[in-house]
Amino acid sequence: MLTTFAILTDGLVYAAYLFLVAVGLSLIFGVMKILNVTHGSFYAFGAYGAATAVGIYVERGWPDASGFLFMVLMAMAIGLVLGFVLERGVLRLVYGKDEVVIVLVTYAAFLILEDVIVLIWGPRSYGAYQPMVAAGSIEIGDLILSNYDIGLVAIAALVAVLSYWALKHTRYGRLLTVVIFDRETAAAFGINVTVVYTVTFIIGAMLGALGGAVMAPKISVTLGIGVEVIVLAFAVVAIGGMGSIEGALIGALIVGICRAAAVHLVPQLELFVIYAVMALVLIFRPYGLFTQAAPRKI
Amino acid sequence: MTAILSVHDLEKTFGSIVAARDITLEVPAQQTVGIIGANGAGKTTFINMITGHLRPTKGTIRLEDLDITGLPSREITRLGISRSFQVAQIFPSLTVFENMCAAAAAAGSNGAFARVLAPLKSPATIREADASIELFRIAAYRHALASTLPQGIRKLLDIAMAVVGSPRVLLLDEPTSGISVEEKFGVMDVVMSALKSRKLTVLFVEHDMEIVARFADRVLAFYDGTVIADGAPAAALADRRVQTLISGTKPDGEGHSHA
Amino acid sequence: MWSRANLFGALAFVAVAAAAPALPAWLVSLATIAFANALVVLGLVILWRAGLVPFGQALFYATGAYAVALLSRYAGWRDVFLLVAVGAAAAGVVAFLVGFLLARYRDIFFAMLSLAMSMILYGILVKTETLGSTDGFHVESGTFLGYEPHGRALNLALFWLVLGLSAVSAFLITLYFRTVAGALAMPARDNEIRLEFLGISVTRLIHLKLVISGILAGLGGALAALAVAHVDPNMAYWTTSGGFVFVTILAGVGSVAAAFVGSLVFELVRSIAIDLLPGFWQLILGSALLLTILFLPEGLGSLFYRLRRAPEKGS
Repeated sequence: MLTTFAILTDGLVYAAYLFLVAVGLSLIFGVMKILNVTHGSFYAFGAYGAATAVGIYVERGWPDASGFLFMVLMAMAIGLVLGFVLERGVLRLVYGKDEVVIVLVTYAAFLILEDVIVLIWGPRSYGAYQPMVAAGSIEIGDLILSNYDIGLVAIAALVAVLSYWALKHTRYGRLLTVVIFDRETAAAFGINVTVVYTVTFIIGAMLGALGGAVMAPKISVTLGIGVEVIVLAFAVVAIGGMGSIEGALIGALIVGICRAAAVHLVPQLELFVIYAVMALVLIFRPYGLFTQAAPRKI
Repeated sequence: MTAILSVHDLEKTFGSIVAARDITLEVPAQQTVGIIGANGAGKTTFINMITGHLRPTKGTIRLEDLDITGLPSREITRLGISRSFQVAQIFPSLTVFENMCAAAAAAGSNGAFARVLAPLKSPATIREADASIELFRIAAYRHALASTLPQGIRKLLDIAMAVVGSPRVLLLDEPTSGISVEEKFGVMDVVMSALKSRKLTVLFVEHDMEIVARFADRVLAFYDGTVIADGAPAAALADRRVQTLISGTKPDGEGHSHA
Repeated sequence: MWSRANLFGALAFVAVAAAAPALPAWLVSLATIAFANALVVLGLVILWRAGLVPFGQALFYATGAYAVALLSRYAGWRDVFLLVAVGAAAAGVVAFLVGFLLARYRDIFFAMLSLAMSMILYGILVKTETLGSTDGFHVESGTFLGYEPHGRALNLALFWLVLGLSAVSAFLITLYFRTVAGALAMPARDNEIRLEFLGISVTRLIHLKLVISGILAGLGGALAALAVAHVDPNMAYWTTSGGFVFVTILAGVGSVAAAFVGSLVFELVRSIAIDLLPGFWQLILGSALLLTILFLPEGLGSLFYRLRRAPEKGS
């Protein structure tokens, strides 16, 4: 019974992490049909930026709550700038080319940014654990839960609800949905797809950076965090389907719970499980669980 | 003597849409059949079923004595039924000669997958390819990239590729579509003389009634998924229903007719 | 059968083999790794021409490498020819099995499924003690039909082994490109329908190409395991797959030679860059890739062909 509860809570926290990391990628994939490898850079920049922000607010003795807000805002600002520079500077040059070529371009950009991180922050690791410590923990029976983790789940839920609402109920969100469904038809209806692309990419970047920022207090912010995260995010998006918020959520939950189950029951399968689920979903529903296969245009 | 191609009670539905129904007919060897009908009348569905692209919901298709209903296209091609396409399906990145070599090599493999490791330009393949190029009079374009060909030559290449494998039955889906009116007859002349010399049974879909009248031994008129007239061109084209529903000519045959 | 390009290539291989004893050991080692990797790239070229870009060739590479390492460690096998043959065969079997699934997909889904497969192997390797988990394990140096070289002799022996196998592979693949399967790669990508109506199953064609590329990648991995004398799960990680894809982009898919020359140049530049400008290698590589994709989409190999008067088509 304890194990089941532990699996559920661990799974939920891990799912929250995966969702935050994957939602931006899913959005970009859905609207622009680009598997954006640079997403890993957004995450990493967000984490490093958060570490710097934490350093600043701790040094200045700000209260934890506003410190946390500062951290989040700093990360999102970085995401905004980075997203804008990348989209206008690099991606714009390769729109219209084969989708695999575009992925490779984002991979190249990711490599460049990895070294840029070292240039800015150096090769050392950073800690940003203060917000996590400050949040404290609660006890439920024999289990100790970190309040920060609970907060993480809450933030993920909030982002999920907000994105879902924004897509379905705001004018801009509905424009995005149309572009996700069929870019050409959207353009034929007079939607300025170029602007939509830029804005979407920036939003995706900001979400990626946000993911990195809120995870920073839980991890050691060091080289290579972007590399690991990308392939996890891909797995979640492949499972959920591109451009689908519900998909990213369900995908994150599936992967999160499966991984938690593996960790508690059969630790050897931990890494295997995520990619096995991804492979299984790709086999039966290559477009993900929540997308309709696009009809082939002859 | 069995007909080379026979279909019985053929039907194809897509959910509630009936694309083809109650089609029963036999085609004797070496006959040339013209298939006419408005768009959506079921002509392409009919061809797609025979060539294995679509599976009939009811009925049977036989190649001589062999039941070929529902077999995949690859099988059907190997058994001797080939087709050409409304939009010429050629390989734009290869030259005309290479396109023909590809077709000849594929035909020569006769289904054995291991044969894909045979050289593309073997002497036998080259001979076959050259023969077809000569037959269809496209030798002038031998080394041109397929993507640069004018429409008439594209269609000829498409048909040549279907013929190189020595099929017994050939289905041509609108062989003259996209070709200017002045050139249509010229192209069909080349095609038909080539096919006759190979003793093929031919079924061709056509919208131009003059071409049908000139080249077909027999006409099948499709309307609303079924065959409404079946006979010699003079009779079928004069048929009242055909004229009302398809060719739109006045009963005494005035004016150039087009479905 | 022997075109001018073939002849030139054969001569180049012989020349390099003859020159090896005169070259410094570090260069010979570097070239050994470069050619082992070039085999993986050659496999990628075969798939790339058919319009498929797998992001998980590391699956076959690691299979080949670990097969060698495991047989060496647990079964005591030492003969390099045997080890390498089994490594390549093992990778080929994996490619054959995985191919039943993978060959049905195209474009980005092919890439993603391929990636998932390689990451599954990675996950297994990392978490399994007997397979060495994250640290991997050491590979004993091999014997050459009974002869057991050490030091400089081993350095040269490995190089000649890789060179010999590379030459054989290069020749075989050149022949392959003249077969129906090899020549119809681009057409298969342009027009699957037509191929099907000609009687050729495109799915089976792709399955075949996967197996060939798997064998080549496994061969490369097996040789790498011997050359580096070590295997670790990183050989199955997605960044390793990415590395092979990069070399393919830079070298271009126009010829067999490009895979080898490109790989060699890549390793040399990487060595120099890491030596002279540590901390900038990824930046340099990323920039080189970007520039290549934007301005030389056929890779650097295409430059070479533009300089010659009458380029051989897909030599």
